[in-house]
Amino acid sequence: MKETLAKFLQYKWSQVILFTVFVAVSSAALFFSQKSVTAFLLLLSSLLILHYIKLKNVTKWIIALGLLFILIPFASSGGPAFQSYMDVATMVGIYVSMALGLNIVVGMAGLLDLGFVAFFAVGAYSYSIFATPQAANFMPFGTYPLGGESFWIFLIIGGVVAAIAGVLIGIPVLRVKGDYLAIVTLGFGEIIRILFNNADKPVNITGGAMGIASVTPPEIFGIPLIFPNQFYFVTLVILLFTIFTVLRLERSKLGRSWKAVRENEIAAQAMGIPLVKTKLLAFALGASFSGMMGVVFAAKQAFIDPTSFTLLESFTILVMVVLGGMGSVPGVILGAAVITILNLQVLTELATWVNQLSFGGVISIPEALSPAKMQKFIFGALLVAFALYRPKGLIPAKNKIFDEKKLKESSTHKDFKTTDQKKIQS
Amino acid sequence: MSILEVTNITKKFGGLTANQDVTMNIEKGSITAVIGPNGAGKTTFFNMITGVYQPTSGDIRLEGKSLLGLKPDEVAKRGISRTFQNIRLFGEMSVIENVLVGMHTGLKTNLLGIFLNLPTTKKEELLAEKEAYRLLEHFDLAPFLNEKACNLSYGAQRKLEIARALATKPKLILLDEPAAGMNPAETRELTAIIKNMGQEFNVSVLLIEHDMKLVMEISEHIVVLDHGEKIAEGNPEEIRTNPKVIEAYLGSGAVQTV
Repeated sequence: MKETLAKFLQYKWSQVILFTVFVAVSSAALFFSQKSVTAFLLLLSSLLILHYIKLKNVTKWIIALGLLFILIPFASSGGPAFQSYMDVATMVGIYVSMALGLNIVVGMAGLLDLGFVAFFAVGAYSYSIFATPQAANFMPFGTYPLGGESFWIFLIIGGVVAAIAGVLIGIPVLRVKGDYLAIVTLGFGEIIRILFNNADKPVNITGGAMGIASVTPPEIFGIPLIFPNQFYFVTLVILLFTIFTVLRLERSKLGRSWKAVRENEIAAQAMGIPLVKTKLLAFALGASFSGMMGVVFAAKQAFIDPTSFTLLESFTILVMVVLGGMGSVPGVILGAAVITILNLQVLTELATWVNQLSFGGVISIPEALSPAKMQKFIFGALLVAFALYRPKGLIPAKNKIFDEKKLKESSTHKDFKTTDQKKIQS
Repeated sequence: MSILEVTNITKKFGGLTANQDVTMNIEKGSITAVIGPNGAGKTTFFNMITGVYQPTSGDIRLEGKSLLGLKPDEVAKRGISRTFQNIRLFGEMSVIENVLVGMHTGLKTNLLGIFLNLPTTKKEELLAEKEAYRLLEHFDLAPFLNEKACNLSYGAQRKLEIARALATKPKLILLDEPAAGMNPAETRELTAIIKNMGQEFNVSVLLIEHDMKLVMEISEHIVVLDHGEKIAEGNPEEIRTNPKVIEAYLGSGAVQTV
């Protein structure tokens, strides 16, 4: 039985048929049920299955886009939990994008950065300050808040400001290596958070510990974006841009030089790779994705304060990268999705379930042991388990496979042969 | 014509003098060897040429232009490439990617080209890949192109390091103990590779080596260092019979090959 199944699954078409059935069943279940987290997760996991199906890359991308843009929002719109699904999916998008940014720094360039959330904060604050009356406190010209259309420009500004912050932090920080680098970045991450926490005196720039409330919602063609299902599409577009860019970078000259620096700094430098410039580029580009998503986060939450950007957030993003597979783009996407869903959906659902059980008198679990409060414990356990049993992550990084035939075609190997022959003759 | 002129370079680490007033010239297209007992300052000498260390005093000129104050990557761009005594490959990267990293300075594409995947970038990348493949073929490493560099055998790793160094299209290549740890067959193969390198890749060679047979067979010029100072230089015949060298070395290897 097992063998026949395995044989059956080898064929492309059988895989496609099973995949279609899987997607159909899970989306139908999601559409018709009132609230089924399981169905939602199954539908999301179809993207993972898609990753392993034997199809051409282009076909896979088209199917994935269809799933993400049409099927997932449609199937989850059936029940009253629509907005909560979309909220989770948006958060997944935000975290995946950030994790991909950190993956450039940690996974590709091998620079352990423990203060990565600082760039997210920079992006978030850069939009919130100008999209609220906050900016009027210190800006001598212009009227604030800026309108919702400015959001689209701020996506770029947030990315650029975060990249500049990345370079500014990078210049002093990149003098140190390894463990020291981790400690210094951790320090800078905290410094930036505390800076935002305290920049309400003497001039109130960031609102201090009170944060900034009622951030203007983004507007497109005069329609304000307020609901999670609207943000879902915004996030999705930015996320796709991020994935696209990261894949390009990975396969380029720059991606190679990052990996070379990670593997052996001295040799990389001896091959003509400028160390400081290459590392700063990793910092800046990684930070820019984070900054962009910071803008989206601020607009979506409509309220930000320094508690959203604590050290734990930096660690969470790092856990996503390590769990998914350092340097592996599909791995990091999966890692970020798993951790975010675990955090926002699975743990909270479990907590509600346990609460219901204790209400019903079936079992009594003290509040302190509620699954929602065990986030750090679960992260820790996951990390230990992965370090022991799967140190390269869920989907380990793979090198690009070069097609030997293609390289051979116009090879001028003959030239070498003739010189070899000459030598033999002489 | 000399390609590299080293004049009176001295390197002091605190109270320790690693190199004292070393002067030497490398003729264009020649193979020059630096030999000397362990701790004679050979690797320090290499590190000064490649910019890893800055000399305390003295000057290093490549084709008449001083290399003082340049960082290793800038020295590499000027046209000096090297291999390392303890192999320093990019272990987790594939064999062909290692060579492609060597081509880094030759690739002109910028960030915009990478993001937009411009036709010029694509073309440049494909050309580089083909060239890298040709280099691998030359070193008989082509069958392993997609293999991780750390999975290669020791001898193959040494060869890959030379291929990677040649990928930067250097004018001068520095080989730091290329035959260390190789078996006799591999050493023979390597000897042939180094011998033909100048002609095939239009490069001058400077090498450090302890294998006297190899040194005597391929070098046109030999410089002997001992305790950081140059004690002799000349062609293999002169070095073999130089009493100072024999004294410093107990030149067993050199005597045997006569």
